[in-house]
Amino acid sequence: MQTFDNASSGAIVLSMAERIVENRAYLSEIDGKIGDGDHGVNMAKGFGMAAERLKGKDVALAESLDTLGTVLMTEIGGSMGPLYGVMFTEFAETIQGTEKIDAAAYSKMLHAGLAGIQAIGFAKVGDKTLIDTFVPAIEAFDKTTAEGKSFGEALEALVVAAETGRDSTINLVAKIGRASRLGERSLGVLDAGATSCAIILKELSDGARARLA
Amino acid sequence: MQRFINDPDLVVEDTVKGFVKAHSDIVRLAENPRVVVAKDAPFAGKVGVVTGGGSGHEPAFIGYTGKNMLDAVAVGELFSSPTAKSFHDAIRAADGGKGVVVLYGNYAGDNMNVKMATKLAAKDGIEIATVVANDDVCSAPLAEREKRRGVAGEIFMWKMGGAKAATGASLEEVRATAQKAIDNCRSIGVGLGPCTLPAVGHPNFQIEPGTMEVGIGHHGEPGVRVEKLKTAEEVAKDMVKIVLDDHNLPEGTEVAVLVSGLGATPLNELYILNDTIESEISARGLKIRKTWIGNYFTSLEMVGATLTVMALDDDLKTLLDVETRCTMIL
Repeated sequence: MQTFDNASSGAIVLSMAERIVENRAYLSEIDGKIGDGDHGVNMAKGFGMAAERLKGKDVALAESLDTLGTVLMTEIGGSMGPLYGVMFTEFAETIQGTEKIDAAAYSKMLHAGLAGIQAIGFAKVGDKTLIDTFVPAIEAFDKTTAEGKSFGEALEALVVAAETGRDSTINLVAKIGRASRLGERSLGVLDAGATSCAIILKELSDGARARLA
Repeated sequence: MQRFINDPDLVVEDTVKGFVKAHSDIVRLAENPRVVVAKDAPFAGKVGVVTGGGSGHEPAFIGYTGKNMLDAVAVGELFSSPTAKSFHDAIRAADGGKGVVVLYGNYAGDNMNVKMATKLAAKDGIEIATVVANDDVCSAPLAEREKRRGVAGEIFMWKMGGAKAATGASLEEVRATAQKAIDNCRSIGVGLGPCTLPAVGHPNFQIEPGTMEVGIGHHGEPGVRVEKLKTAEEVAKDMVKIVLDDHNLPEGTEVAVLVSGLGATPLNELYILNDTIESEISARGLKIRKTWIGNYFTSLEMVGATLTVMALDDDLKTLLDVETRCTMIL
């Protein structure tokens, strides 16, 4: 059975932060089309701060995720601070103490993160939010493992579904958050939260896949 | 960008530093540099009054900290909700042992962060009540008022809540007064030009020359309707119509009026708008008790204006006359 090591995988969070910082201008640009254009700025600030605290420390994935979640929740406001903050701290709590993370533990982690988000936000699939990326990604992961395929294959399926989910937001009318007040005018544009969520899930899952043993 | 900034990422820090220096007779900074507190707060035996919101709306929110107004304000990034921690710290700074009311605007981030902060404050044993402002008429139909954004009507909500708290009223009385104030408010914004977050560097959206966005949001959210730019008289008539059609007030009602610039509209144009606004309101048989005009609630350098009308009853009339000591004249 494939697993990856919790203790030596903290660097996944650093590369996740790098991707977010790289995409700072892009995320703000798509947010600016139907929102207020600060998504990339705030995300880059939070992920950048977390990376600063983690650099050179070589801590476990659980601890790195906890640091990231705490920084987002306490230092970055907006909607994304609490939403991603809760998601990452739930991720961290779920895998805390698990030495070798297998597909079942990974799935449990994803579900806990989603439950955390749903406890403070009220978005459903189809509302044009990060949920449109996250829910199909988890579903694809669970479906692939249920078919008896490997952890690695499930991670690949997750990334594909996350990106398909992200792209689905182009054809959605925003139902929640700031863009929702625009009604039909929110059509034709990617949702910024769905886009950053796809980056996060891809980096996390690619990082896990590269470390499978 | 023709702007007075140092580092685009430190705009909020630098703003708050300058603000506190200028107004040290009225406010101080809490231990958390993202919380501005009225100089002598907390006041023992008085309900604490707190708000918070994104920066870039100056003088809102920090400018309304002071005597008989807000006791503490949580400060967020530009156009972004303060953290739950900052809301929590503001609540603690305002707590005089009689409970704290949090009066804030209806935005997803603020809703989440206030919710988390009230949970934290409850653990400290502080009794909390909240009121969510939803005065922006164009942001959702009347039947879905709970979805509407909070805009400049928040100032009236703070003033009424702050004045009520100063009378020694209970937490529930202060909450009910602030709720009544915002229920009695309707607002509309009209945008003529977009705004730019310094860290982004270019406008979030465009408003074509010769057009205007009716129902524009306080964060550069595009309006719900784009129209040809009309004369000030026609724009003012539209604004009054949208606000009062939604308000449906009986003839003879006394009202308070707030006309605010969005940041880059000259004051004289607000007076031009107000000339028609006052005539139109009076023509509907309403009585204007007091009008405030100025840059009371802005959106960086957005070109445009908002109109807020609050219906008054005897209680609100009394509270309206309570003197406040904050950076803005209220």
